[in-house]
Amino acid sequence: MSTPASNPILIQPVPAPAQGESGFLASAFTPRALGIALGMVACLALAGEAWAQLTVGGERPGILATLWKWTPLILLGPPREFGGFALNILVSFLAMAIGTVSGLALGLGLISKFAPVRSVSWAITQFFRNSPWLVLLFFVMLLTPFQMRIGGVTIPFPAWFKATIGLALPIMANIAEIVRGAVNSIPTGQWESAESLAFSRLQTLWRIILPQCVKRMIPPWMNWYAILTMATPLISIVGVNDAMTLTQDALASEQRTELLMPMYGMLLLFFFVYCYPIARWTIRLERKYAVRN
Amino acid sequence: MTTAWTPDQPIVSIKDVHKSFGPIEVLKGVSLDVRKGEVICIIGPSGSGKSTLLRCINALVPINQGSIKVEGQEVHDPALDKLELRKKVGMVFQSYNLFPHKTALENVMMAPVHVLKRPKEEVEAQARRLIKKVRLEGKEDAYPGELSGGQQQRVAIARSLAMNPDIMLFDEVTAALDPETVKEVLVTIRELAEEGMTCVLVTHEMGFAREIGDHIYFTDRGIIVEHGPPATFFTSASDPRTRAFLSQIL
Ligand SMILES: Nc1ncnc2c1ncn2[C@@H]1O[C@H](COP(=O)(O)OP(=O)(O)OP(=O)(O)O)[C@@H](O)[C@H]1O
Ligand SMILES: [Mg+2]
Repeated sequence: MSTPASNPILIQPVPAPAQGESGFLASAFTPRALGIALGMVACLALAGEAWAQLTVGGERPGILATLWKWTPLILLGPPREFGGFALNILVSFLAMAIGTVSGLALGLGLISKFAPVRSVSWAITQFFRNSPWLVLLFFVMLLTPFQMRIGGVTIPFPAWFKATIGLALPIMANIAEIVRGAVNSIPTGQWESAESLAFSRLQTLWRIILPQCVKRMIPPWMNWYAILTMATPLISIVGVNDAMTLTQDALASEQRTELLMPMYGMLLLFFFVYCYPIARWTIRLERKYAVRN
Repeated sequence: MTTAWTPDQPIVSIKDVHKSFGPIEVLKGVSLDVRKGEVICIIGPSGSGKSTLLRCINALVPINQGSIKVEGQEVHDPALDKLELRKKVGMVFQSYNLFPHKTALENVMMAPVHVLKRPKEEVEAQARRLIKKVRLEGKEDAYPGELSGGQQQRVAIARSLAMNPDIMLFDEVTAALDPETVKEVLVTIRELAEEGMTCVLVTHEMGFAREIGDHIYFTDRGIIVEHGPPATFFTSASDPRTRAFLSQIL
């Protein structure tokens, strides 16, 4: 993965630090611009570093060129292997899907008419909501076998999948709380009228209560998705080739301390660029549904 | 389950019903009979247990003592299929309680389709007829949030009727409406009564109770103080509590 010393990226226009910064700060006081500014500041810092590198000059490739060199690896993982930031996203999707489905079931357990179900659901919810995610990750890694035999078929459990389960557990517990809160926020009159129309409890939940909950649940659900995504670098600790692991690998192979900040800065930027729009969208939906209710 | 009920017996028979919420006894021995096709009006001050009594009839609320029979069947028999009972007893609430995520037509269709499992086309035809009957033609596709209180309440009545109930319970269905729209809803109920629907109404509309009621019950603090046909009830109530209440409200 070595690149020639020529650095095409440096020729591309990068805003000159002084000019870009002052022009930007003038309009940086709206919240949205502030968000963009954050990203820009990171870029500017990188550009500054690169500038310094260039002027110091020398035999080693500039910082931006080095970042560019590692970008494919950190985004997509090693060639012919799945990993990097794409793996973080995949893990976030899967953990969210598993956490949502199981969280819905657990949330319905929380509002069960049957007291033992309620208690057990409550205990599970509280346990997973109040445990550090990293400790949960280790637990799942150590508790689940690396493969399982069902009938004659051996199903492997790769590390990244176990890590996904580990992250899905706290999501499950938090989604369960969201479900419980949303169901409880529906006026009792809805239950009463459904009951008097001879709907069973399950039918009432499924056809009348939960559909009304969906809107209320979407913003907090998206919020948890963003939190989950930002937590995915945790899986690097249990030996998964995610963006964090690969960034560290790249740094290890470069052995240049001046790369530390730019490399981690770039990683932060990837997450920011992915999560920031979700956060904005969440706020928009929250506002929209608040007006409707 | 075998029931020996025949239409000449009371369709609803309430005997000495007691109901407490925690330490508070809300119903203290209420007895009342409703015959098929009759319109019963229950009046009385706030908190006297009128809503609770209605809710006991379709087993939304369990009772502590006494007996309630609907078409000869004991409502508070633990073995009773509550869903079967509720298919026979429709209920309309003060706060309409329409399903806000469904249109007027869907509100009316939901229970027959999902509870009674009747074919959708047939139910839709009936639902459209019912919406027409409550004078809401053209509002089939409106959501509850787009309808006025009176319109919503008429959709709620149509929704109950779609189950083809034998008895309708109305709990102060006009109390949340402004005087203009009260009339629309009362017209609908009057038509139902004229068609022979058995109705139990809790109402503060004395004029209406007098006009359509076959029998008036006055409740106060969990007991039935006095009852009688409207002609005698409104003119020659004997109990001082009834007279005080009537003089306040009329
Ligand atoms: N689910 C409940 N839990 C506890 N107390 C209740 C409950 N439902 C009703 N009550 C109490 O029972 C009493 C009678 O209530 P109910 O609603 O039957 O009165 P009401 O005659 O319908 O009054 P209103 O005219 O105001 O509707 C009230 O004191 C009320 O606070
Ligand atoms: Mg009431």
